[in-house]
Amino acid sequence: MAPERLLWISCQRTDLPAAISPIPGSVAPLFLITMIKFLLMVNKQGQTRLSKYYEQVELGKRTALEADVVRGCLARRKEECSFVEYKDYKLVYRQYAALFIVVGITENENELSIFELVHNFVEVLDKYFSRVSELDVSLSKNTHYTNKVHIILDEMILNGHIVETNKNRILAPLLALDKMTES
Amino acid sequence: MALKIVKGSIDRMFDKNLQDLVRGIRNHKEDEAKYISTCIDEIKQELKQDNIAVKANAVCKLTYLQMLGYDVSWAAFNIVEVMSSSKFTYKRIGYLAASQCFHEGTDVIMLTTNQIRKDLSSPNQYDTGVALTGLSCFVTPDLARDLANDIMTLMSHTKPYIRKKAVLIMYKVFLKYPESLRPAFPRLKEKLEDPDPGVQSAAVNVICELARRNPKNYLSLAPLFFKLMTSSTNNWVLIKIIKLFGALTPLEPRLGKKLIEPLTNLIHSTSAMSLLYECVNTVIAVLISLSSGMPNHSASIQLCVQKLRILIEDSDQNLKYLGLLAMSKILKTHPKSVQSHKDLILQCLDDKDESIRLRALDLLYGMVSKKNLMEIVKKLMLHVDKAEGTTYRDELLTKIIDICSQSNYQYITNFEWYISILVELTRLEGTRHGHLIASQMLDVAIRVKAIRGFAVAQMATLLDNAHLLTGNTQRNGICEVLYAAAWICGEFSEHLEDPMQTLEAMLRPKVATLPGHIQAVYVQNAAKLFATVLRKHEGDTDSQAAQETSQLLIDRLPLFVQSANLEVQERASCILQLVKYIQKLQQKNVEVAEEVTALFAGELNPVAPKAQKKVPIPDGLDLDAWINEPPSESESEDEKPKAVFAKEEPKHSRSRHPEVDEKELARRREARKQEQANNPFYIKASPSSQKVYDAPGVEHIPVVQIDLSVPLKVPGPESEEDITPAHQVDIVTEEMPENALPSDDDDKDPNDPHKALDIDLDKPLADSEKLPVRTHRPEVLKSPAEDRDNESVPQETKKKSGKEKKEKKKDKEKDRKRSKEDKKKKKKHKEVEEELPESQPEEAVQSEETKEAAAPPTSTSAEEVTAPSSAAAVDTSSAAAPESEPDEPKDAEPEDTDFRFGNVK
Repeated sequence: MAPERLLWISCQRTDLPAAISPIPGSVAPLFLITMIKFLLMVNKQGQTRLSKYYEQVELGKRTALEADVVRGCLARRKEECSFVEYKDYKLVYRQYAALFIVVGITENENELSIFELVHNFVEVLDKYFSRVSELDVSLSKNTHYTNKVHIILDEMILNGHIVETNKNRILAPLLALDKMTES
Repeated sequence: MALKIVKGSIDRMFDKNLQDLVRGIRNHKEDEAKYISTCIDEIKQELKQDNIAVKANAVCKLTYLQMLGYDVSWAAFNIVEVMSSSKFTYKRIGYLAASQCFHEGTDVIMLTTNQIRKDLSSPNQYDTGVALTGLSCFVTPDLARDLANDIMTLMSHTKPYIRKKAVLIMYKVFLKYPESLRPAFPRLKEKLEDPDPGVQSAAVNVICELARRNPKNYLSLAPLFFKLMTSSTNNWVLIKIIKLFGALTPLEPRLGKKLIEPLTNLIHSTSAMSLLYECVNTVIAVLISLSSGMPNHSASIQLCVQKLRILIEDSDQNLKYLGLLAMSKILKTHPKSVQSHKDLILQCLDDKDESIRLRALDLLYGMVSKKNLMEIVKKLMLHVDKAEGTTYRDELLTKIIDICSQSNYQYITNFEWYISILVELTRLEGTRHGHLIASQMLDVAIRVKAIRGFAVAQMATLLDNAHLLTGNTQRNGICEVLYAAAWICGEFSEHLEDPMQTLEAMLRPKVATLPGHIQAVYVQNAAKLFATVLRKHEGDTDSQAAQETSQLLIDRLPLFVQSANLEVQERASCILQLVKYIQKLQQKNVEVAEEVTALFAGELNPVAPKAQKKVPIPDGLDLDAWINEPPSESESEDEKPKAVFAKEEPKHSRSRHPEVDEKELARRREARKQEQANNPFYIKASPSSQKVYDAPGVEHIPVVQIDLSVPLKVPGPESEEDITPAHQVDIVTEEMPENALPSDDDDKDPNDPHKALDIDLDKPLADSEKLPVRTHRPEVLKSPAEDRDNESVPQETKKKSGKEKKEKKKDKEKDRKRSKEDKKKKKKHKEVEEELPESQPEEAVQSEETKEAAAPPTSTSAEEVTAPSSAAAVDTSSAAAPESEPDEPKDAEPEDTDFRFGNVK
């Protein structure tokens, strides 16, 4: 699918994956619900390193959605803005070395706050893994990293809402877990 | 110690397996599916083992595979097994897998209720945390109902870590089990004033979401939120609160007035762009909702526009984009204040980022006025020339046309200029929007009489240079404009300076390469031109020239007679025969011009969309009277067209002609469609007017024998069809069926999960609404109110027995666990001991580990110190809940402090 497909607003709604489409027959809720729909970590080759959905998406549709989303974000140049209108919602993405973090949000979520959240998230990862620039490689090699990133993510976002932004409090459960496994 | 080493090596061994899987997938790029299916077989073997560590690793791998898009739902039961492991590391893996794989349709979820309840009430806050996190992903209505009370209790947990999670999960629970909202709401409200900012923020989040959906129920909280807004320093929370106020103000205008000041203060003071953006957005929303009630809000608007200008001028593309986005919101209500920044918006058209350019285009659409239209379009035309991508160029093209044609060409003062712009646009190669340009040309030429002379001249040039447009392929969308050009030249041929030249242009052999529908128009309009030319020559008494013209047609038309397109063929043959006949007459020196012209006499005027309705009913015609005997009741095949028509004019629908059978109707319909398709006027008229004639019910009405291609003169003030000679456009408004109801309910969706949450929260809580509370014996499950229990108890016991049945399927260990669970509270301590022998060796190690972990309670915060006493307070407050029974195992307390370091860090 060409990148131009992604960009447009007036894009046909017919092939929307069920879960990201509006609740059947509705128009209003889309404007009223504020939430994060999903978070993806993908590398430059478009391989998903981590995916987290806060709204049920059918398995089969996930891969298609991810491919679509990733292609749209990868196609953008550095000097272009980090927000992409994609079908009924918005994508906020940031690139860290070879790793892209893409967040799908509803129309009325504050883009900038999510943009900052992504950075906060990466800072937390950086603090914990200390070499976040190689995170892509680490994620691809060791699924334990994936699990830990999941733990961090779960501390930060719950239910599609931001729940914690304080780095120390985010890492506390993970450190506790580490202590448990070490001893 | 030895055990530990063994365990460690086992762990490492599985680690390797896990990495092997990932590496293996990478190394088997060609036959990935095959490789993975062998992996899955291995995993299935591993899952059959009793060793929980092996299982956990298998589940871990499955989670990874699931992420890659493989269906692992078959392992749901094993995931539940891992979830119920007593060791946190495994439990965590299980919950992670569950949160990734489970959904409402996963049937094993019903087996997890007790396990989750156990984890929720676990003394280890991380057990609770992980269960809550998992729940947020896979809570079902059943789980929500069964666990609502447990989660509500957790909202008052001593640990803020648990409280904030519980508060957020409650939102999901409300969605799945709306009955829980009223009983839980007072506690949720309390959490808005929780000492811990995290909990506070969670509560704000939940209430904001609830309130945005059903704002009126939450108006009473406004003062509280107002206080929070002025006191909070957490920007994330502030953003939420401000969003909430945006939702509340339409209901309470006074609130809006109060808000403006603190919001403008924030706009002035904050350095956080996200907060600034939110404030600006909300101020805009508030002002929109108050637009009439607030006399002097221009200062606030000015402030917003200024701030947005700063955003747009910023070098950060993100800010620029958002600035433009917010600007377009202001534009709707305060176009004046935005228009002064036209220069800035036009600059954005040069931006490297396409999304920014498109945003700027959107803004321009709303910014045009009579004064600046030409300037803006000129600038856009420059961009059209520069644009590289066809997508963006097409977007520009449609935007230019949208901008010019908006509100019935409201801003166009000079239509000659507009026609030139349209002609200039035809130079675009490979655009998809040829038909758009064509319809604009037709629309303007038909509706603006004064422009016809100019338009015809331009179109004649277009036809003359048609070879430039058509280029090489038929796929070239721009050739659509030739359709319009040919029709305009033919229909208004009296304005042509040299009709003969145009006629020749239209009969060039090259025309045969055009798409069929365009050729058809060419042929038809060649005939019209022919008539004009004949008249001209006969006026000059130049019979020689007239005969030459006929000969030209006779020479050229056979090319079209051979066309594969039926439409072209038919028209060409008809006209060829006509011309041959005319030639005969000409040879006899008969004057034919007048008669030929008569073929195309009459003017085609635009028809107002409502014209059909306004056709006066002739005297003495009763549309409701039956002409023949009414048809039998059973006749139903006409039901559908009748229904469609009834929407527009129910009165007529009853007067269907009963004798016209379906075939005849279909034939007539086809004929009519054909006729409309052949008539360029109908095709290109505004779609709404076409709708009237297309309505399938029209044929049923006997009166409708009126020939619609005859220009309709509609009496009364609505007759806008007559065009005033000035550069004016007919105002044709969109038609609405007369009996259409105002569609207020359109945005209400029966499936909207939030609708169920539209609950009056101020009513006192009735006993019947108390949350279902789990007791030791299901049959004692009695909440005080009978009315509810009457229906819910049988259901619940049934469910329980169902559960029991299911659980019998579980292995022995499970069965034992469950029977223990029934009496678990008192015997919890013992149970742990009992479990040890039969559980895996690692688990023994694990319990040792927890003891070790428990050892170093480093520092204490004030909260920790008070923890036991406040826990006691919670217990008494929710004495109804069995989870907080006073005989809570004593070992809970020391364990409770195990993870103190977690909080301190």
